[in-house]
This record gives sequence, C-alpha cells and structure tokens, in this order.
Amino acid sequence: MENQMNHQPQDGQFAIQASHMDIYYGNFRAVKDCSLEVLPRKITAIIGPSGCGKSTVLRAFNRMNDFIPGCRVEGGILFHGQNIYAPDVDPVQVRKLIGMVFQKPNPFPKSIYENVAWGARINGYTGNMDDLVEETLVKAALWDEVKDNLKKSALALSGGQQQRLCIARALAVKPEIILMDEPCSALDPIATLKIEDLMRELSSNYTIIIVTHNMQQAARASDYTAFFTMDPDRSGIMVEYGETSQLFTRPRDQRTEDYITGRFG
Amino acid sequence: MTRETLDRQLHHIQDEILLLGSLVEQAMLNAVQSLKNRDRAAAHKIYQADQDINEKRFAIENAILILMATQQPMARDLRMLAAMLEVNTELERMGDYAKGIAKVTQRLGDVEIKIPIQEIEQMASIATSMLHRALGCFISENAMVASQIPAEDDQVDRLYEEIYRQIVHTMIENPDLIDHTNLLLWVAHNLERMADRVTNICERTVFINTGELLEMDTTDDEEELDSE
Repeated sequence: MENQMNHQPQDGQFAIQASHMDIYYGNFRAVKDCSLEVLPRKITAIIGPSGCGKSTVLRAFNRMNDFIPGCRVEGGILFHGQNIYAPDVDPVQVRKLIGMVFQKPNPFPKSIYENVAWGARINGYTGNMDDLVEETLVKAALWDEVKDNLKKSALALSGGQQQRLCIARALAVKPEIILMDEPCSALDPIATLKIEDLMRELSSNYTIIIVTHNMQQAARASDYTAFFTMDPDRSGIMVEYGETSQLFTRPRDQRTEDYITGRFG
Repeated sequence: MTRETLDRQLHHIQDEILLLGSLVEQAMLNAVQSLKNRDRAAAHKIYQADQDINEKRFAIENAILILMATQQPMARDLRMLAAMLEVNTELERMGDYAKGIAKVTQRLGDVEIKIPIQEIEQMASIATSMLHRALGCFISENAMVASQIPAEDDQVDRLYEEIYRQIVHTMIENPDLIDHTNLLLWVAHNLERMADRVTNICERTVFINTGELLEMDTTDDEEELDSE
C-alpha cells in the first residue's frame, strides 16, 4: 500500500520502517502489504478492531513473532538501514535495541532492584549498578515511590507501578525504540494517565510505538496514528496513517471515519 | 450503527438549533414590523423573545458540552458539535440585532421621521430567508447549496447602501433630526450584519463536510474603504 504520511521528516530518516511487509501464520496471511514509516522520538499509535493484525505488526518490529510456531514475515523491516529479518541478524540484539512492554504487567518475582538490574547484568553491564537502577527508575517516574523499598518484591507493587517497573526494565538495556502492546488495558484510569504522561516524557529520547484498543488513548497520547482493519479475506491491512490530530478530526478514508466515530459494524 | 445514544442526542440538539433559528427569524421580522407600525408595545415583546433566545442558547451550549464530555465524539461528529457551538452563538447574536431594532422603535417614539421602510423590509426579508435556508442546509449537511447562499449577501449590501444614501439625505434636509435619523442607520446595519452571520453558518456547513474552515465572505475590506 502506498504510504500516506503527510509530514515526513526533512532528512527522510525513520526510526524504523516496515516495507511491503506480509506476515503469515502458516498459510494464513494475517497482515498484507504493510508499509509503515515510524518517526524517531515520536509516539505512534496503532489502532483498529480485533483481529486486524495490529499486535502482529507490533511484534514484528522486534522479531517477537519468532517465538510463534509457523509465523513468518515477508518483505522487510528496516532499522538503521538493515533488514532485521536478514539471516545474519541476531534477534537478541534486535530486542535489546527495540524493547517491549506487554498488556499485563509481568515483573519477575524478584525485588524491584533486581527487575531493573537483570537485563543490564545479562548484557554484561559493568558500570555502577546502583546508579543505573536509580537513573532508570527516575526515567520511568517510579523512583520517588520505591526508593526506600528497592529490596521489596516487585509483585507487591500496584498494577500501575508494576507496569512502570516493566518500562524501567525495558529502559535499563538502553533501547532506542519501545514497543507497547496495550500497556494500560489492565490499569485504572489514573494509572493509565501516569503511563501516558511517562510516554510523553520518554518520547524526547525514545521512539514509542503503542498498540491500543482505546481510541481516546491513541488520540490523547500519540503524535501519529495508523489505522488497521481487516480485508474481506481477513488479512489485516493498514488503511490510513497520519498525524493524530488529523486522523481523529479529518480522517481521509471512510473506513477510518466509520471506526473512530463508532459506526463500525 | 452502534452509536444510537450519540445519534439520538445529536438529532435532539439539531432540532433545538432549528427551533432557535425560527425564534430568531420571527424576532427579526417582528422587530421590523414594530418599526414600520411604530408600535412600542410590539417592540417590548421582542425584549421578552430575546430572553427566550438567550436561555435556549445556553441550554443548547450545555447540551453540546455534555455530549462532548460523555460521548467522546470524533471526526464528523466532533466537527458537527463544534460547528453547532459556533452556529448557536451566531443565532444568539442575530437575536440581539432584532432586539436592537426593537430598541430603535422605542427610542424613536412618536417623532415624525421618514423611514426607508420598504428597503428595510426587503433587507429583513432577504436576510431571514438566507438564514432559514442556511440552517436547513446546516442540519441536512448540504454543503453544496450552503456554499451558494453567501452570494445573496450582495443584495443586502446594495440595499444597505441605498438606505445609507436616503438617510444622509434626510439628515441634510432635517439637521434637527440627526440623532433620530442616525438610529435608522443602526437598523440597516443590524440587518446587514445578520446576513454576514448567515455566511458564517454556511462556512460551518462546509466545515462539517470537508473539515476545512473556509472564508466565504468575498468582500474585499480594503477595496471597500478605498471606494468610500
């Protein structure tokens, strides 16, 4: 599909770029011909009805689909000019630079400190671990709430705090891009707004791609929005991609209009 | 369709806007009649009508805000509600113009003065007809027809100039009546502004369809100044 971006960056640099990507589960084509150019240090939301392939696309960005038997990606995803699906690319290295935060907060059953330090340690981090943990928890807007209880189990935190801890854990390995798959669906509205504020804060240094069912969240929290839907053959396709302010006020495609005004189906 | 609540409430507000529009139309026609008949009692009634208009305006505004807060409208629905807020305000201001004309009827009292009533009635007839059709287009989202209405403003402007000439003439003939004659200029001015505000309603109708805010008033203000 033709790229429909209105405002491309002057230097033509994208943080990551899917180009004519097809994703299959066995013989079933789950995503069809997706070209999505994600701008650096911006928040890009992916919205669309259930089954439109938005999480599949998100997981393709850091090869998380490799863990799903029968799943394969055709076409490519360019990151620093290289196809991350090329045979010589180490998926572990990809996932280090492109981190992920999941729907349900999933901290390790360890201390708050260990949750943050773990990724850095297995990546051979040799600096001052206390400093790294503090710096990362500050970035994740959690430090003030946990600084006196770093040895406490992460599982004792509230859902919103656990999710921010998971974001801290992703940040600790110094990624460039953070993928978020419905990061607030298990959180209450206040915890949700805290995550959204945190995303905004982080977007000055990181590129964020978020999949959300909550259209209001996409409208509130993102700079760009991509709308996906299902083709008659049940493949997911990207219908429209543009600035969030434009997509939610003046969508170009009738299918986008029908979805965001709730007149879908 | 999965947004029955939103749609039902949107239609209710649309009906209220149509009702407000008809109150404004009626107030304007009554105001001009009160001037024609030099009927101060009729003019007084327009003050009451204006209060009703103001109340309805606030009720509509409130309903729009509640709908925005509770239904999170997007895209066309959002544009429709934003446009309704704007049109609501325009209608209230037109109500004030009618009240302004009623005020002139009262202030003229029984003073013997020549009123260019034929032209004033014509202006009122064109302006209220423009309003009536513009609101119809607004509610039916007919941008095509709406975009043709502002051109009729030219007739209103020509009548305004004609009235202006007559009034200046009256002032020269009767310098003692300058204050009172000047009141008649207000009347013409209010009708002229009413037609301008109809143009704004037409602009919002186009906005609902296209999302573009387009200026339809083609009068070149600078050129107008030069020619005066």
